[in-house]
Amino acid sequence: MNHATFLLRNGHLISREQEGTCDILVRNGIISDIGQNLACPEGVPSHDVSGLIVLPGLVDMHVHLREPGREDKETIQTGARGAVKGGITHVACMPNTQPVNDNASVTRYILDKAKNALCYVHPIGAITKNQAGESLAEMVDMFRAGAVAFSDDGYSVLDSQILRQAMEYNRITGTLLISHCEDPALSEGGLMHEGRVSLATGLKGIPPAAEDVIIQRDIQLAEYLDVPLHIAHLSTRTGLEIVARAKERGAKISAEVTPHHLALTEDELYSYNTNAKINPPLRTAEDTAALKQGVKNGTIDAIASDHAPHTRAEKEINLCADVPSGTIGLETLFPVAVTECFQSGLLDMRGLLDRLCYRPARLLNISAPALKPGEEANLFACDPDKEQLITEDFFVSKSRNSVFLGKRLKGWVKLTVAKGRLCYLDGRIIE
Amino acid sequence: MYKDKKDLISIKDLSRGDIEEIFTTSRAFKEVIARSNKKVPALRGRTVINLFYEPSTRTKSSFEIAGKRLSADVINFSASTSALKKGESLLDTARNLEAMMPDILVVRHAHSGAVRYLADRLASSVLNAGDGQNEHPTQALLDAFTLHERGFDFTGKHFAIVGDIVHSRVAKSNIFCLRALGARVTVVAPPTLMPPFVQELPAASRYDLDPLLPEVDVIMMLRVQFERHQGKRFPTIREYASLYGLNRARARKLPDHAVIMHPGPINRGIELDPEVADGPRSVILDQVTHGVALRMALLYLFAGHKAKSAASREEN
Amino acid sequence: MTFTKECTVLNQDMVSRAIHKLVHLIKRNCRLTDTILVGIKTGGVHIAERIRAILAEQEGIHLPGGSLDITLYRDDLSRIDYYPSVGPSSLPNVTDKIVVLIDDVLFTGRTVRAALTEILDIGRPQRIYLAILVDRGHRELPICPDFTGATLTTEREENVQVYLKEFDAGNQDRVTLQSP
Repeated sequence: MNHATFLLRNGHLISREQEGTCDILVRNGIISDIGQNLACPEGVPSHDVSGLIVLPGLVDMHVHLREPGREDKETIQTGARGAVKGGITHVACMPNTQPVNDNASVTRYILDKAKNALCYVHPIGAITKNQAGESLAEMVDMFRAGAVAFSDDGYSVLDSQILRQAMEYNRITGTLLISHCEDPALSEGGLMHEGRVSLATGLKGIPPAAEDVIIQRDIQLAEYLDVPLHIAHLSTRTGLEIVARAKERGAKISAEVTPHHLALTEDELYSYNTNAKINPPLRTAEDTAALKQGVKNGTIDAIASDHAPHTRAEKEINLCADVPSGTIGLETLFPVAVTECFQSGLLDMRGLLDRLCYRPARLLNISAPALKPGEEANLFACDPDKEQLITEDFFVSKSRNSVFLGKRLKGWVKLTVAKGRLCYLDGRIIE
Repeated sequence: MYKDKKDLISIKDLSRGDIEEIFTTSRAFKEVIARSNKKVPALRGRTVINLFYEPSTRTKSSFEIAGKRLSADVINFSASTSALKKGESLLDTARNLEAMMPDILVVRHAHSGAVRYLADRLASSVLNAGDGQNEHPTQALLDAFTLHERGFDFTGKHFAIVGDIVHSRVAKSNIFCLRALGARVTVVAPPTLMPPFVQELPAASRYDLDPLLPEVDVIMMLRVQFERHQGKRFPTIREYASLYGLNRARARKLPDHAVIMHPGPINRGIELDPEVADGPRSVILDQVTHGVALRMALLYLFAGHKAKSAASREEN
Repeated sequence: MTFTKECTVLNQDMVSRAIHKLVHLIKRNCRLTDTILVGIKTGGVHIAERIRAILAEQEGIHLPGGSLDITLYRDDLSRIDYYPSVGPSSLPNVTDKIVVLIDDVLFTGRTVRAALTEILDIGRPQRIYLAILVDRGHRELPICPDFTGATLTTEREENVQVYLKEFDAGNQDRVTLQSP
C-alpha cells in the first residue's frame, strides 16, 4: 500500500498559511490540493478526520537519541517512532552519545542512520571535544557535515574563556549555541529540587542558583559578544527573569522549557519515583506557574521534550545517585503541551504551534513544515479534547521511563504524516 | 636621532615621506650588500646594543649583521644570557648598559609598551624590534620595502593579512605602514583570532577568506602558534588549515599578478603549502635579504645626533 | 650659509676649453681600452658624462662609466646633525683597471679622500687618476689632481658653483663664484 498518496477529509486545518475545515490531498508525499469537497481519486485511501484538528508537524529541538553507543536505550529508528506518534516530524538530537558527536564523521553517521528514520533528524554538534570543556570541537567541519546547532548538553562549559572562544568561533557557522546551565559544584549529589519536599524526603537537593548562576554568566557573555544563545530546559522562575530582562535589552537570547517542567512539581518525589529524577529537577508550583506565563508571553520560545530514555534496569532501583536522570518525552510532548497550555486557556492553538513548531524551526534555521500545495506533507491530526491514560503500552519508542505513567493527558494524536508518508495511524506505526 | 625623532617605536611615528626616505636609503645599502666587501665605515666607532628579551634568530641576526656591515661595534644580550635572567628590572639593566654609552639600543621584549618605557628613560636611540603584541615596525618596513623594490605602487592596492591577527604585532605595524603608503588592508582570521573591537583599526575585517581571494593584490600569511592555540581558539590544525590555509587551490583563485608574503618562520603545509611558499609569486626569501638593507638604513639614519659644537657645513 | 652675490667667473667658452683640456690629458695618459670614468656624485657625474660623450665623438670609443656616492665614507658623519641622504654607488669591476676619478670642484680634498677609500674597499684598480674641472685651492689634505681643467683663486667663505647646460636652466655652461 502506498502510504504517500491519500486524502484527509474534513479536518480543521490550523497553520501559518491558513485556517479552516477542508480536505487535504497528498500525492507521492507532496500536498497536491487543499480545498472543500475534494474528489478522491481512484484507489487512493481516504481518512476521515472530521472533528479533528490538522496541524503542521512539530519540531522537537531537544532530544536524546542515544545512537551511537547506547542503542539499548534508544536508536534513531526507535526514537523516530516515538516522535511521529507524538505528531513530531523533526527532531534535533543532542551530541552526548558514545562516541560524542564532536566531529564530522559522527555527524555523518547519525545523518546516515536518519535516512531510514520515520522523521527528520537534525544533529546538534558538541561545543568541546568529548564535551570535556577543555578544547573546541571542529564546529565548522560538523556544520558542513550537517550539524544545525551546538551544545555540550548534559554539561555546562565551565571554563568561561573556552565558552567565550566557542561563541566567537561559532560566528563562522552562524548557528545557535545551546546552553545546559548547571554549576556542578552547587548541584553535586543532588537528586531533586532543594525545598520543603527534599527536606521531607531526606533527599539531597539542587538549589535554583545552580542553574541561575550559569544562565546569568552565559547570557552576559552572549550579550557582550552579541551572539545568539539558547537556554535549554529552563526550570526556575528566577532564571526566567534573567532571560526576560536580557530580551528586553535586545540581547539575542532564546529559551526552551520541557513539558514536565510545566506540568509537574517536586511533589512527584514524595513517592521516590525514579522517573521523576530529572535534571534540572522538577521544582515548585511557583516555578511552573511562572514558566507557564513565560510560555504565554513569549519569553520562552519553545517547548522541547528533553527526551531522555534509560533502560529499565537503570531506572528500576531505589532512588539514589546511581539512577540516571531523565524522562522520555517524545510521545507526550504534544499531549502535555495541550493539557497544560491549551486546555488551560493559556494559549490558543496558533500560540501553541508557535512554541512547538515555528519558533524551534526558526531557531535551528530549518524550514518549518508548510501546509500548502507543492510542499512535502509533514502534518498530524489530533483531538485536543480526548483524554487518555498513559500506560507503558502508550509508548512506541524503546524505553519506558516516563514521569507521566499513570497520569491522564488530553491531546490525542490520530495520525501523523512525516517525510510525505503516513507513518502513524490509530495507534500503529507504519514503517 | 632621525630628524626630530630619537626613537623608532611605532610605525605611526613615521610619515609617508619618512618611509619613502627610508626606502631610498635602504636601496643604497642594497648596493653595498651586493659588493664582495660588504663593510662601509659609516658607523665606525659607534656602538649598537641588541637587547633581546624574547628569543629571536632572524631579527637579532639581521640587526647584528646590519650593524657590523656599518663598521659599528655590536653587542648582543639575549634572553638566555644570565644578565637578563637574574631578575634585574628592565630599567636597571638598560641603565647599566647605557653606562657603556651605546649609540643605539635595539630592543625586543615580551610585554607591549616595554620598549617605549625604556625609550622614554634612556638617552640612547631605541629601535623597537618587537614589543609584546603591540608593534614590529622594522618588519612592516622591510615587507613594504621588498614590494617597493619590485616596482610595486602601493596607492589603492588591496592587501589581505591572514592569520593570528590578535596576537600579531607584525599585522598591526603592517596595517599602519600600508595605510601610510596609500594601500587598503583587509584582515582575515577566525573570530577567535581577531582582536575585539577590530573595527577600530584602519582595516576591513572578515572571517571567510575564499570570497576575498580574487580581489587581492598582495596576500600576507602570518604564522599561527598552533601549539598555543589549538583547542582553545580553534579546534584543530586540520580545521584551521581547511578554512585559512593558502593551499594550491586557494592560490589558484588569486589573480595572476598577486604577490604572496610571510614574515616567517612558516608552518609549512598549514598556513602555506610548500609549493605555494616556493612558487613564483612568493617573495618570502626576498623579504629576508631586504631586511638587512633596511635595518642598515635604520641604524644609519638613527645614528645621527645633534652636534654638541656649532653646526657644520657641507665640505668638499 | 646664504650667499647674496653671484658672479660668473668661467663662461661657456672657458668651461668648454676646461673640459676639452681634461679630455686631452686623459687621452695622452691613459690606455683607453682599460680605462673607466668614475664620477663623484653629484657634480662629478655630469662632468664624467660630458667627457664620455666627447671621447665617443672623437675616438669612437664608449668608455665604461660609474658613479660614487661617498656619503658613507665622509669623515664628518659623526659631527653633523642628522645623517645625510645616501644613495647607491654604481661601479663596474674596477680591479686591474685604470680609474679616472672625476669631480667638478676640488676644495679641501676630503671628498676625494672618501672616494679613494670607497673605491679601494670595492676593488683594486691598477691606477687611479684624479681629474678635476675647477681647482679652487684651500687644501686640508695632501690631495693633488692629475688633470686640472681650470684653477681659481677664492676666499674660504666663498662657494664655487658649476652649471652645465644639460642640467641647469639658463642653458649655458658656466662656473660662478658665490659670496656671502
